Amino acid sequence: MANSATAGTDSNKPKIPVLEREQLILNNRSYNWITETICGIIEGRQPLIWWLLFIPSVIVAAIGVGGGLFYLVSTGVGVWGNSNNAMWGWPIVNFVFWIGIGHAGTLISAILFLTRQNWRTSINRAAEAMTIFAVCCAGIYPMFHVGRVWMVWFLAPIPNANAIWQNFKSPLLWDVFAVSTYFTISLIFWYMGMVPDLATIRDRCKPGLRKMLYGIFALGWRGGNRQWSHYEMMYLLLAALSTPLVLSVHSIVSFDFATSVVPGWHTTIFPPYFVAGAVFGGFAMVLTIMIPARFIYGLQDMITMKHIDNMAKIILLTGTIVGYAYIMELFVAFYSGSKYEGAAFWLRIAGPYDWAYFCMMFCNVVAPQIFWAKAMRENLWVVMGVCMLVNIGMWFERFVIIVTTLPRMWLPGDWKYYNPSAVDIMTYVGTVGMFLTLFLLFLRFLPCINIAEVKWTLKQSDPHFDDINDHPDDGTEKAEAYQQELHGGEAK
Amino acid sequence: MSTSAKRVYGYLAEYESASALYKAAEKVRDAGFKKWDCYSPFPIHGLDNAMGMKRSILPYLVFCGGTLGLITGFTLAYTTQVVIYPTVVQAKPANIFTTAAFFPILFELTILLSGFTTLFGVLGLMGLPRLNHPLFASKQFKRVTDDAFFIAVEARDPNFNADATRELLEEAGGTNIELVEEED
Repeated sequence: MANSATAGTDSNKPKIPVLEREQLILNNRSYNWITETICGIIEGRQPLIWWLLFIPSVIVAAIGVGGGLFYLVSTGVGVWGNSNNAMWGWPIVNFVFWIGIGHAGTLISAILFLTRQNWRTSINRAAEAMTIFAVCCAGIYPMFHVGRVWMVWFLAPIPNANAIWQNFKSPLLWDVFAVSTYFTISLIFWYMGMVPDLATIRDRCKPGLRKMLYGIFALGWRGGNRQWSHYEMMYLLLAALSTPLVLSVHSIVSFDFATSVVPGWHTTIFPPYFVAGAVFGGFAMVLTIMIPARFIYGLQDMITMKHIDNMAKIILLTGTIVGYAYIMELFVAFYSGSKYEGAAFWLRIAGPYDWAYFCMMFCNVVAPQIFWAKAMRENLWVVMGVCMLVNIGMWFERFVIIVTTLPRMWLPGDWKYYNPSAVDIMTYVGTVGMFLTLFLLFLRFLPCINIAEVKWTLKQSDPHFDDINDHPDDGTEKAEAYQQELHGGEAK
Repeated sequence: MSTSAKRVYGYLAEYESASALYKAAEKVRDAGFKKWDCYSPFPIHGLDNAMGMKRSILPYLVFCGGTLGLITGFTLAYTTQVVIYPTVVQAKPANIFTTAAFFPILFELTILLSGFTTLFGVLGLMGLPRLNHPLFASKQFKRVTDDAFFIAVEARDPNFNADATRELLEEAGGTNIELVEEED
């Protein structure tokens, strides 16, 4: 483009340097290539690595979630390491961890849509799937944490024989509403976004059961503009609804802590701090699963280095916000003059859980700072390494918040050292297996990249594409954008 | 079971690119057709205007749905907490001033019902789900979800004329023009 824009123009005119528009899809790919590549993942045989990941994941999920919860239900919730003071141990740590993971999916699909960040199209489908699966994993913990899981319907405001109603002033009930709404809206968003792509698969299938099933889920989509017009309005509305929703969900999760009178929890910084942390942890998880998937299925032209660069920058930004929140918490504990608040934070830093605190600090605040260097953002091993550290660090953040606080509240006589039980560990590892199982099934059966939206970002999809070519000289000089620079002009 | 009686659904014409489709759509619009549609693998910016379509009414439906959600949330929380089963905890009153503590519930239910309205509203407006459509009988139409662009003009449009409509689509740059029939 740089050459064609400068060729045949008036050389006397001063040129305005303009950064060339980023190519979101590399190597001038056609519509058909995009369809073939993405549908090929579903239609072809899965590579060996898929089975090598899938089989252990299923086994871990079956033993951890299936076996662990069976043992828990048949014995009692006491098999988890929770005790009278540490009512919330690993189960709630894991709940907050998984819910947080989900937030990046909604952020990519909704907030980046509203801000017209077109690079989201290559990653939004997988990120939304990740949201749904993470919320599924998260849902397990509060459901079984209530003690008698068969009574879990008491969470819903349904008239019952005892004539008891829920306490609508309680953040725990707000949480029930927030998480279930979040799951429902995310599912609608994910599914409706997929309808045109399911139609693509339907149209490529040979007649048979597969075609029938994809056909039913494609709802009879035809791609007419009278459908697209409503469809795009729906997408905009769902994005506009999801944006405040995603901010509300982790805010309400943080209210579980912040509205209590427990030192270390009773702070107003919690809602923004939790939301930033959730986005931070979620983006790390998106990269953790997308970088390998990109290699395994050869999606380098669609999930480009620019996408990874953007996400690494978001991790750097949100990681720094989280770091600011950690420091500000300490400062407020000191500045408030409250000796209980001060003692709670002193116990975090120099108490028996100091190892967890410094692990969190290193993984969440120090590690992402490496992304200031461009070369580090371009090295996928470094990106993967930092993302793994962030995944660990964000888990430890929730551990620090819950476990350093509850077993050491107001009465020193109650203090003790919290240890998770074997069933705690089993359930957590099981949910990791469950998450991977669901994600691998998603890669196997559903289009993992938004086919229609990726096609929409191509240059030739603009109906006025031809008109631009009629007037090549717009008085500007094109500066090379990131991809072109990275690939030495090869990417054209 | 199938009868051999066929009814003409309309003409289907292929266009080579998004911009060709856009220009053809303007011509069909200017010819005064009402029952026709442009088919593409992705939404095309500005095609609504080129087809002379109005903005989707979905936002109005969603506004009503959201309002209903807000009212539902308030009614649910107020009735249960103040009227039926007042719980005096957390030093919060059990009267109209408790409403502030219901805001998260009101918000979530507003979003939930807006979301449901969006889902069912859009399906209603798009006329989906449906199991079949006359256009699915066309072999080339399968490519509409891959890389092809089509215009279909329906026979039930009052302006439809077997020869003139075909000519119009051809003049606008259409290729592979096909008469699509449906079983009566």
